[in-house]
Amino acid sequence: MDVLPKWAEVVLIPLISLALSFLISAIVIIAIGENPLSALQIMVDGALGSTYGWGYTLYYTTNFIFTGLAVSVAFHAKMFNIGGEGQALLGGLGVAVICLAFEWPHWSLALIAASFGAMIFGAFWALIPAYLQATRGSHIVITTIMFNFIAASVLNYLLVNVLRPEGSMDPATRKFSEAAHLPTLHEMFSIIGIPFSKAAPVNISFLIAIVACILVWLLIWHTRLGYEIRTFGHSEEAAQYAGISTTKIILTSMIISGGLAGLMAINNVMGEAERLVMNAAEGAGFIGIAVALMGRSHPVGVFLAALLFGFLYQGGAELALWTSIPRDLIIVIQALVILFTGALDNLVRIPLEKIFVSFQKKVD
Amino acid sequence: MDLLTIIQILDSSIRLATPLIFAALAGLFSERAGIFDIGLEGKMLVSAFLAAAVASTSGSVWVGLLAGVFASLLFSGIHGVASITFRGNQLISGVAINFLAAGMTVLVAQSWFAQGGRTPSLSGASRFDPIILPFANELTRIPLIGPIYSELISGHTILVYIAILAVPSAWWLLFKTTFGLRLRAVGENPEALDTAGVSVIKTRYVAILICGILCGLSGAYLSTGLSAGFVKDMSAGRGYIALAALIFAKWRPWYILTACILFGLLEAISNRYQNIEILEITLPVQFMQTLPYLLTVIILAGFIGKAVPPKAGGQPYTKER
Amino acid sequence: MTQTQPIIELDSIYKSFGSVRANKNISLKINSGTIHGIVGENGAGKSTLMSILYGFYKADKGTIKISDQKVLIADSQSAIAHGIGMVFQHFKLVENFTVLENIVLGAENGNLIAPSLKSARETLKNLATEYELNVDPDSLIENISVGMQQRVEILKALYRKAKILILDEPTGVLTPAEAEHLFRILKNLKNEGKTIILITHKLKEIMSVTDTVSVMRQGEMTATVKTVDTNPEQLAELMVGRKVLLQIEKKAPIIGSSALYCRNLNYTDEKGVHRLKDINFNVSQGEILGIAGVAGNGQSELLEVLAGIKKAEGEITVNSNNISLNSRTSNPLTRRHLGVSHVPEDRQKLGLVMDFYAWENMALGYHYKDQYRSNKFFMDNTQLKLETEQRIKNFDIRPNDGDLAAKSFSGGNQQKIVLAREIEQNPNILIVGQPTRGVDIGAIEFIHRRIIQLRDAGKAVILVSVELDEILSLSDRILVMFDGKIMGEKIAATTDERELGLLMAGIG
Repeated sequence: MDVLPKWAEVVLIPLISLALSFLISAIVIIAIGENPLSALQIMVDGALGSTYGWGYTLYYTTNFIFTGLAVSVAFHAKMFNIGGEGQALLGGLGVAVICLAFEWPHWSLALIAASFGAMIFGAFWALIPAYLQATRGSHIVITTIMFNFIAASVLNYLLVNVLRPEGSMDPATRKFSEAAHLPTLHEMFSIIGIPFSKAAPVNISFLIAIVACILVWLLIWHTRLGYEIRTFGHSEEAAQYAGISTTKIILTSMIISGGLAGLMAINNVMGEAERLVMNAAEGAGFIGIAVALMGRSHPVGVFLAALLFGFLYQGGAELALWTSIPRDLIIVIQALVILFTGALDNLVRIPLEKIFVSFQKKVD
Repeated sequence: MDLLTIIQILDSSIRLATPLIFAALAGLFSERAGIFDIGLEGKMLVSAFLAAAVASTSGSVWVGLLAGVFASLLFSGIHGVASITFRGNQLISGVAINFLAAGMTVLVAQSWFAQGGRTPSLSGASRFDPIILPFANELTRIPLIGPIYSELISGHTILVYIAILAVPSAWWLLFKTTFGLRLRAVGENPEALDTAGVSVIKTRYVAILICGILCGLSGAYLSTGLSAGFVKDMSAGRGYIALAALIFAKWRPWYILTACILFGLLEAISNRYQNIEILEITLPVQFMQTLPYLLTVIILAGFIGKAVPPKAGGQPYTKER
Repeated sequence: MTQTQPIIELDSIYKSFGSVRANKNISLKINSGTIHGIVGENGAGKSTLMSILYGFYKADKGTIKISDQKVLIADSQSAIAHGIGMVFQHFKLVENFTVLENIVLGAENGNLIAPSLKSARETLKNLATEYELNVDPDSLIENISVGMQQRVEILKALYRKAKILILDEPTGVLTPAEAEHLFRILKNLKNEGKTIILITHKLKEIMSVTDTVSVMRQGEMTATVKTVDTNPEQLAELMVGRKVLLQIEKKAPIIGSSALYCRNLNYTDEKGVHRLKDINFNVSQGEILGIAGVAGNGQSELLEVLAGIKKAEGEITVNSNNISLNSRTSNPLTRRHLGVSHVPEDRQKLGLVMDFYAWENMALGYHYKDQYRSNKFFMDNTQLKLETEQRIKNFDIRPNDGDLAAKSFSGGNQQKIVLAREIEQNPNILIVGQPTRGVDIGAIEFIHRRIIQLRDAGKAVILVSVELDEILSLSDRILVMFDGKIMGEKIAATTDERELGLLMAGIG
């Protein structure tokens, strides 16, 4: 029996968990001798106080939407894809290959091709663990962790030995051609006359991320595949009874998940760096876990959680600039969010259920 | 390749295997009790930091070691509360612990030492010194046995010897004692233990406690034995390699020793050589670094025997209705 | 101690799980050295009560006295200390441990295993000769039969010096011969002065072995009587609360052409156990074919093979379509295409997604159908909700709200959701397993009537049930399964429980 009403389940629990994470983060900030309120002030000013700040916040948000959706889709099939990081790295390779291999006449064509490249590479990297899970029963969590390391090594090797232009010491590809440059929000807004920071890296990928949210929502709740994925995620036995192929669901859900994680590369590789560098994903694959958990694997929740983490990342960078608090504070907050919304769910749920039960008894 | 080079590589393998042995045994106790632990990495990291930090401030490596174990136990406690008391998802808890460790160590290191997330370099009594075994110097001249004894067997820090002794101890504890019987039972079928009148929760917490101590030793060795001080992210994936070794060893103590030495050897080789040529194929250094992960995937896929984890692993214990 | 001394006294025990009241104000006295039976339907609260006595659950209210001493049983450990042992319905054994290791687990002496195992081996030898409880101490649990595993559970309790032994549905998984043996053991134990509590829903067992019997209904204890003073009819009435009318009015069958024909069906499970052996049968349109047997003799496997969930050797012909049972095309989807509907034995695990809304569950297995599709890409959730509303009316599902999750309905209503989905697809063949398990009496009648209606409409029904009464009253023809084989075939109208019982025991 459900004790909690739906709104409490969907809104109240994540918010309380979030509040707890922030509370402990504040205690950490106090413990290292800083003032959490002024830290928050700096973060808000830095992340939301200017179009420059917004530009960075939304840039990070874009990354986290993609990786958050990736983890969410896998969660719906009860697959825990910790491999978003490796899949995003491979996605970057896909983008780089597409952008470097051809002379693109227009950015839009380059974007379409690069998106496919990113998705195919990312999906491929998720497909192997998925295949091993489906056919050989290898635990997907462990294999995807292993594949993160393997991806890092593969990229390391390729950037050092293959893709690095001659004469360069930097393990990175050459810059993509000007034609593959994606329109930034500054450029798009200037057409309609709205001023927006020129320096901020937010670009058209942000809109693609929003479209991805809508598509994932449609997929999960309005298509047969989504129905099958959710059935499988809730009950493997019921899925078998309904004639849903286990192998098919594990493979397709992980392909979609990996594709989404890989797609992140159109933002960081094509949109921002405009070349492939070492460790391009910068942990965004892991933040996807926090985003998906906090967003309850729903695209709206994922969008909001990604926005929050975008804010934290940009705010954290500003904080490191103006105070002695290192950027790693954000990692701590991220860890606490994962802990409270993911692993310590019952810490909030059990007392809350008791409160609701006693409240209902009074009403009766 | 001469004898000395081989001995040097093996010597370095043993040192590199030490943190892996501790951590893999830590994982062994936890997972045999049915608690998945992908947070080995994080616990190593906090222990490495606090051990180095306290060793440098107190000037005593032993105090540092205790501090490191304490830090690791604290994080083990978080994992225990999340996965045993609140029956949360053990994998998610492990992920959280790894990030918490990565962030907190740098944050606190910066706040205490202001050296960009590292501790001051350790020297003298704040580091573990090599132990020269009796007659090590005298025996050097004897061919083969001499160098093996004095270079390979002698001259490690005490933690290396403890790590190697920990393997038979773990085997004995798990398979010969009453406590081990109960621990293995709780990882296979917690209800069997519960209905036999033994507390599932207590047994699991003790397992987690042992896991915390061993991870603490592993981390302390990293910063006070293998290196001289803590640097950001210094565990560098070793927790995951240890996890890989645990799976590779199919959750058995003696196999863990073999797997860890093998993985240590791979690291030693890739530290020493950039590229290795075997049968005219050049193996890049990145390949050697990836090999532990690749081997684990292959083991998990069941291409070399089947790795069957403890049956109740990963599932929180609730009395069924 | 005299024989009339009560060894266990329960006083006003209450226990709730969430909003479900499993035990309400239960008081009970059991005398030392007797066999006491507790009967009741599934879900009446018998197992909960005994789990409280064994410290597995904690009562919300109430007191327990053992040998006139008020005790607090907080966990299994204190239950064991008070001399209580329990054999659960689902055994609590560590599968990859040996028998001996399982027996000493939790009752070791000292910190090392070896001495414990040594002394346990001795004790075991004595117990084996004393009570006919032979079992190889060095076998792994996963390698011994279910009957043997049960002996290990009994030995576990005796090894802990239990004076009170609780057995929860001990015969559900046993063959009649094994059950006989068990009852002999129980009588031996009683003669040695042990007190035994036997939980069951089988009235015959109660009548043959117990001294006293209590009846539970919907969480309450409705009566406690001496076994000699009662009879099965009276107990049944107490169990269900009113006279049971199991004989359902039904017309003579109008047998049509063959609907499903099954040839040389063989199935071996993942563990290599040969579960189904050379099964051949036919079921025709307009006929209910009942499949009887003690649980665990292959009926469940047969259902799943017929429904396409499991692959097997052999062939079936469904409405003149030949299907090889181990081909790729033998799966639940193709079965549904051929008009085979399946109401599974375990509705909560297989038949429903408990977290899905009722309306989402209405598409389970049929989600691919065009009728649930609004265009090339999307499912038509509106259509699905409309249909659900209609079916909720037709099947009198309560509460009548399709937007509730399946887990929010009672067992009987969950079963109606599954039945509604499967029957309203208008199948040619309905495969149905344990249709009324855990279902309240009102719903049972309703479900039985719907199954007969389907047969009267000229459809074929294959009915698997462990309830002989259900098989006898619904079926036209009955197959009895024993040890994976079909032991015999009987016409329902001309057979009786005794004849079927012999076949179920493998005799005949």
